[in-house]
Amino acid sequence: MQALYAQLLVGLINGSFYALLSLGLAVIFGMLNIINFAHGALYMMGAFVAYFLLSLGGINYWWALLLAPVIVGIFGMILERTMLQWLTGLDHLYGLLLTFGIALIVQGVFQNYFGSSGLPYAIPDQLKGGLNLGFMFLPVYRAWVVIFSLVVCIATWFLIEKTRLGAYLRAATENPTLVRAFGINVPRMITLTYGLGVGLAALAGVLSAPINQVRPLMGADLIIVVFAVVVIGGMGSIMGSIITGFALGVIEGLTKYFYPEASNTVVFVLMVLVLLVKPTGLTGRAA
Amino acid sequence: MKKSIASFLLGTALAVTTAGAAFAQDKTVKIGALSDQSGLYADLGGPGSTLAAQMAVEDSGLAAKGWKIDIISGDHQNKPDIGTAIARQWFDVDKVDVIVDVPNSGVALAVNNVIKEKNGVYINSGAATSDLTNAQCSPNTVHWTYDTYMLAHTTGQALVKAGGDSWFFLTADYAFGAALERDTTAVVTANGGKIVGGVKHPLNTPDFSSFLLQAQASKAKIIGLANAGGDTTNTIKQAAEFGIVKGGQKLAALLLFLTDVKAIGLETAQGLNFTETFYWDMNDQTRAFSKRFAAKMKSSAPPTMVQAGVYAGVRHYLKALEALGGNPHDGVKVVEKMKSMPTEDDLFGKGEIQPNGRTIHSAYLFEVKTPSESKGPWDFYKLVGTVPGDQAFTPLSESKCALLKK
Repeated sequence: MQALYAQLLVGLINGSFYALLSLGLAVIFGMLNIINFAHGALYMMGAFVAYFLLSLGGINYWWALLLAPVIVGIFGMILERTMLQWLTGLDHLYGLLLTFGIALIVQGVFQNYFGSSGLPYAIPDQLKGGLNLGFMFLPVYRAWVVIFSLVVCIATWFLIEKTRLGAYLRAATENPTLVRAFGINVPRMITLTYGLGVGLAALAGVLSAPINQVRPLMGADLIIVVFAVVVIGGMGSIMGSIITGFALGVIEGLTKYFYPEASNTVVFVLMVLVLLVKPTGLTGRAA
Repeated sequence: MKKSIASFLLGTALAVTTAGAAFAQDKTVKIGALSDQSGLYADLGGPGSTLAAQMAVEDSGLAAKGWKIDIISGDHQNKPDIGTAIARQWFDVDKVDVIVDVPNSGVALAVNNVIKEKNGVYINSGAATSDLTNAQCSPNTVHWTYDTYMLAHTTGQALVKAGGDSWFFLTADYAFGAALERDTTAVVTANGGKIVGGVKHPLNTPDFSSFLLQAQASKAKIIGLANAGGDTTNTIKQAAEFGIVKGGQKLAALLLFLTDVKAIGLETAQGLNFTETFYWDMNDQTRAFSKRFAAKMKSSAPPTMVQAGVYAGVRHYLKALEALGGNPHDGVKVVEKMKSMPTEDDLFGKGEIQPNGRTIHSAYLFEVKTPSESKGPWDFYKLVGTVPGDQAFTPLSESKCALLKK
């Protein structure tokens, strides 16, 4: 039983990353109608920016949490301005192919210069060590990841669902012409939204840098699972993707305990089941 | 009638001479470097292995003697079906003579069958499974560098003898992990230790916390890592995070490469014991080679033991071809020649290839230096022991290889 608690907690930690990443994907899909396949590559860039800030500029983890999302977010906004915006109104497939291509290029460039084994990034001193919870030894850093990503997820949900700015955003996706008639700069809002989604990916990248290796393929390995999370949660649903992210982390954690060989596939089995029963995802609206 | 006999004789004579010419003077060779070019094993083999093969060709000096040697490379993506498809295409279309490297035991064993079928030459350096020269041995195969038997009988044995008598395995769930766990289990039980449990994890797992908690709960003295590359680095990093070593359990990195230590960082990796058959900083020859090698690598990394094995294997292969006076394009014949010649090169020293295809050379027990002991960007290991080749690798009496039953 003790082991089970520990596995639940570990699942929650992985779920934090799924939630942060699928949240960004859901925001981008909900507002821009783009299936952002470059998300994994941008997550990886977040981790690399943190690494460079530390190794080249001596800028610590805490500043990286702030700066990396901004830097990668700006990169994302440039992508949106120069490439993605031309795809508005076209079939989803175009956006998917374009972002997939961008992901391959970004990963290829990083791999060319940094190889595949990755670079080490130390846990910040303030978060070193662990807590003995009786049933398990919980590293402080992991506890921090769960709490921090929960806060970020809820803040993002609040921003989009409960504030005036969020209302503009949602209105702009429903009917851009009408919103523009009210004097709101819709293209700029779309760009900023993409920047926000990308920033969330970069933030997840910084969070994961001390746990995993900072390596060019870290995003590629994760992104497929995250897509499954978004599909299960319902494309474009903010709360859906947050809850599914955490829930799937826990389910995966339990699988690692009861039947480890299947831990890589369990998410996809669930995806198939959900699609069979409810094709719009658990919380999705009909297209 | 007379005329027809004459022309028949002439034809036969011509055929004999052309066949003879092709046999003696065919000095074209095509080498295929098949590896994981972009995944978790790319740094320990990958582009560096192709470079090692190129350097071996240059250093052989055969180009000046009229030989034409080409190298092509391929990415098997750690998938046996892709690996065999590339190997077949190389033999059928590109007329490749020899395939080198091939890390990932699953792919390596699949490719082994193709090469035997096509009568090519196989110089494997990257794969670990001892089956390549044991149950699944082939007259076309030479296995350089290391294998799971050697890892178990060096690192594994040393740890059991130092008091690590209860083991828990974290095993990569494919041919390599299974072979390493099997060979290590045999050593542990033979030395009076016991296995208290284990988990099989999928290849390329980013998060090991769940498995590490199970290892921690097992209370085993030694947690044996029967995995490699990115999986090993992630396990070791995360084990530090979960306080496993501080809690009194010891990690046995059964297979650890130079690039893995770089990726983990000395802060976390210090004190780990493991075995390799090559390290760049062994002697003047290895240092000289590694300097030339690193200058040509984009990452400026010195060679790993896998890349060194590719170099040494190709050098020996070319020596055998030179001794044959030409390339017969007959895999079995070339491998027999390779086995009949003692091996000697700057990187592995003197050795031999056994009848089952296993290359025998010394193995070295290393310990990872502490950050303060390390004096340069790749100064990672200190030597703690040397195991002679005949003790490190499978004794022929224990081998189930069919080639030995002649």
